[in-house]
Amino acid sequence: MAARIASGTVIGKLNVASTAPRTSLWRETGRRFRRHRLAMIGSVILLALLLAVLVGPLVWRVPINDIDFKAKLKGPSWSHPLGTDDLGQDVLARMLYGGRISLAVGIAAMLIAISIGTAIGATSGFLGGAVDHTLMRITDMFLSLPGLPLLLLIVYLFRDTLRKMFGPEAGIFILIVAVIGGLRWMPVARLVRAQFLSLREKEFVESARSLGAPPLRQVVRHILPNSMGPVIVAGTIDVAAAIIAESTLSFLGLGFPPDIPTWGRILYDAKDNLDFAPHWAIFPGTAIFLTVLSINYIGDGLRDALDPRKVLGK
Amino acid sequence: MSKYLLRRILILIPVLAGISVVLFTILAMAPGDPFEELATNPNVPPEVRMNLRAKFGLDDPLPLRYVRWMVSMLRGDWGFSFVSRVDVDTLIVQRLPATLAVLGSALVLAILIAIPIGTYSALRPYSIFDQIATTLAFIGFSLPTFFTGLLFILLFSIHLDWLPFIYRADISSTGWRWWWEHLRQAIMPVAVLGLFQAASMTRFMRAAVLDVIRLDYVNTARAKGLSESVTLIKHVVRNALIPVVTLVALQIPGIFGGAIVTEQIFRVPGIGSLLIASILANDTPVVMAVTFIFSILVLASNLVADLLYAWLDPRISYR
Repeated sequence: MAARIASGTVIGKLNVASTAPRTSLWRETGRRFRRHRLAMIGSVILLALLLAVLVGPLVWRVPINDIDFKAKLKGPSWSHPLGTDDLGQDVLARMLYGGRISLAVGIAAMLIAISIGTAIGATSGFLGGAVDHTLMRITDMFLSLPGLPLLLLIVYLFRDTLRKMFGPEAGIFILIVAVIGGLRWMPVARLVRAQFLSLREKEFVESARSLGAPPLRQVVRHILPNSMGPVIVAGTIDVAAAIIAESTLSFLGLGFPPDIPTWGRILYDAKDNLDFAPHWAIFPGTAIFLTVLSINYIGDGLRDALDPRKVLGK
Repeated sequence: MSKYLLRRILILIPVLAGISVVLFTILAMAPGDPFEELATNPNVPPEVRMNLRAKFGLDDPLPLRYVRWMVSMLRGDWGFSFVSRVDVDTLIVQRLPATLAVLGSALVLAILIAIPIGTYSALRPYSIFDQIATTLAFIGFSLPTFFTGLLFILLFSIHLDWLPFIYRADISSTGWRWWWEHLRQAIMPVAVLGLFQAASMTRFMRAAVLDVIRLDYVNTARAKGLSESVTLIKHVVRNALIPVVTLVALQIPGIFGGAIVTEQIFRVPGIGSLLIASILANDTPVVMAVTFIFSILVLASNLVADLLYAWLDPRISYR
C-alpha cells in the first residue's frame, strides 16, 4: 500500500517534469551531431560514395574486365569518364566494383575489432582481479606488436591455404578482414574496460544488482548499453583505419589479386605508369582519401555529440 | 633514474617473450613444409626426408622447438637468406641504417612542425590560423602515405622535375656533392612520413596545450613576472608534452607501417623494402627476422618514450 502511494507520487512528479520537451539520449545526440557542420558534410560525402558503390555498377554497366587495347591509358573522356588503364579497361567501372570490396573490408574488420575488443574489455572490467590483470597485459603486448609487418607476415604464410579452402576471392577477403580486425581491437578493449570500471559502481547498476539481476543481465542490459558511446567513436575511426590497412596491403601487391580491383589494388597497378597516365592513380587515391576524411570527420562529430560534458553547456 | 630505467627494461622482457611466442605460433601454425621439394622428388626415398626432419628437430614437440628457436635468435644465429645466400643478420645490418635515418629525420621534421603549430593553434583557438591548421591536420592524417608518396612523385619528380624519385645507395660523387645528392633523394620519403606524423601530432599537441593553459600554475608563472616565452616553453609546452608522448608512443607501430610503404614507393634500401622483397621471393628466414626486428624497434621506441616521460615529469621516475 505504502509502496503504491510512493510510486504514485513518483509518477506524479514525473508527469510534472515531462511538461518540459522530452528528448531521448539518441535524439539529443542526433541533434548535436547535426550541428557539427563538417561531420554533416562528411556524412553526405560518405553516403554519396556508398550509394555510388552500391547502385553505380547497376547504372554504369561497362564490364570491369573489358579489354580494349585501342583505348589503353586514355585520360577521362565521355565514353570513359575516369579514363582507362593499361589494358584499356574502364577505370570508373573498376572503381565502383572495387569500392564495394574496399568498404566491405573496412566495415567487416571494424565489426570484428569491436566484438573482440568489447568482449575482452567487458570481461576484464567486470571481473577485475587476476583476470583483469592478465587480459590487460595481453592487450598491452598486442599494442606493441608491429601491425603492418605482422599483417604482411600472416598474409604471406596463410594466403595459399585459404585460397585453396574458400576460393581466391573469399579466401583472401576472410584472411584480410580477420587479421586487420584481430590486430585492431586493443583500443576498444581499453575503452570498454575503463567504462566498465566506473559504471559497475554506479547506483543504477547497484540497484539492478540488489534487485537480484544475475551478472550477465547486469552487463548486457545495464552496463554495456551505457558504455557504447566511446566504442561507437572508436568503431567509426576503425573503419577508416581498416580501409587504409587493406589499401596498403593491396598497394604493396600483397592484398587482393588483380581481378578484384580494390582501390589500393588499382593504385598498385597504376603506380608504374604515373608519368603518362596520372588519372589512373589519382582517381582511386582520391576515393580512398575522401572516404577516410569523411569517416574521420564523422568520428569527430560523434565524439562531440556523445560527450556528456557538452550536454550541460548547450 | 637508473633504477627507473632498469625497471622499464625488466618490464619489456615479458613483452618481448610474448611477442616471440606470437611470432613463433604464427610460423608453426603456417602450412607448408620446408622439405616439400624432397617429398615430391621421386629420387629421394621417404626415409631420407624423415631423417632430415628428425635431424632438424621438426617433429619435436612445439615448446621444445620454440625454446630452440628463441635461443638461436638470442645468440644472433638468424639463419641465412634462401635467395641471396647471405646470413640474415648481415643483410639486416646493411639495410637498417637507411631505415633508421629516414624514420629519424621524419620524426624530427614532425616534431618541428607539430609543436609550434599545435601550441600556436591552442593559444588562439578557433582563430583563422587554428581553423586552417586543424583542417590541414585532418587532411594530413586522412591521406594514406602511399597516395601522398605518389602525389609527391607526380608533382616534384614528373611535373616539376626537381627531385629524383628513386633512392640510390651508390652515389659515386664525393664531398659536398655526395651530401647534396643524398639530401635531395631523401627529401620526399622524409617529407611523406614526417608530414603524416606531424598531422596527428599537431592535433594531440593542440588538445594538450588547451588542457594545460588554464591551469593555476600557468597563472602563477605569469603572476610572478616570468616572460611569456619562458612561461610557454618551460611551463605550458613541457607539461603538455606528457600526454603527447603517450599518444605518439601508441602510434609507433603505425609509423613503422608507414615506413615500409614509403621505402617501397621511393625504393629506399631499408629493412621495409627488404621485407616486401623477401615476401615476394618466399624468403621465410628474412621475413621472420625483419618482423622480429620491427618488434624490437617498437619496444625500443617505447623505452625511449618512457625515458622522455621521466625527463618531462621527474615525479614519474620516483613512483
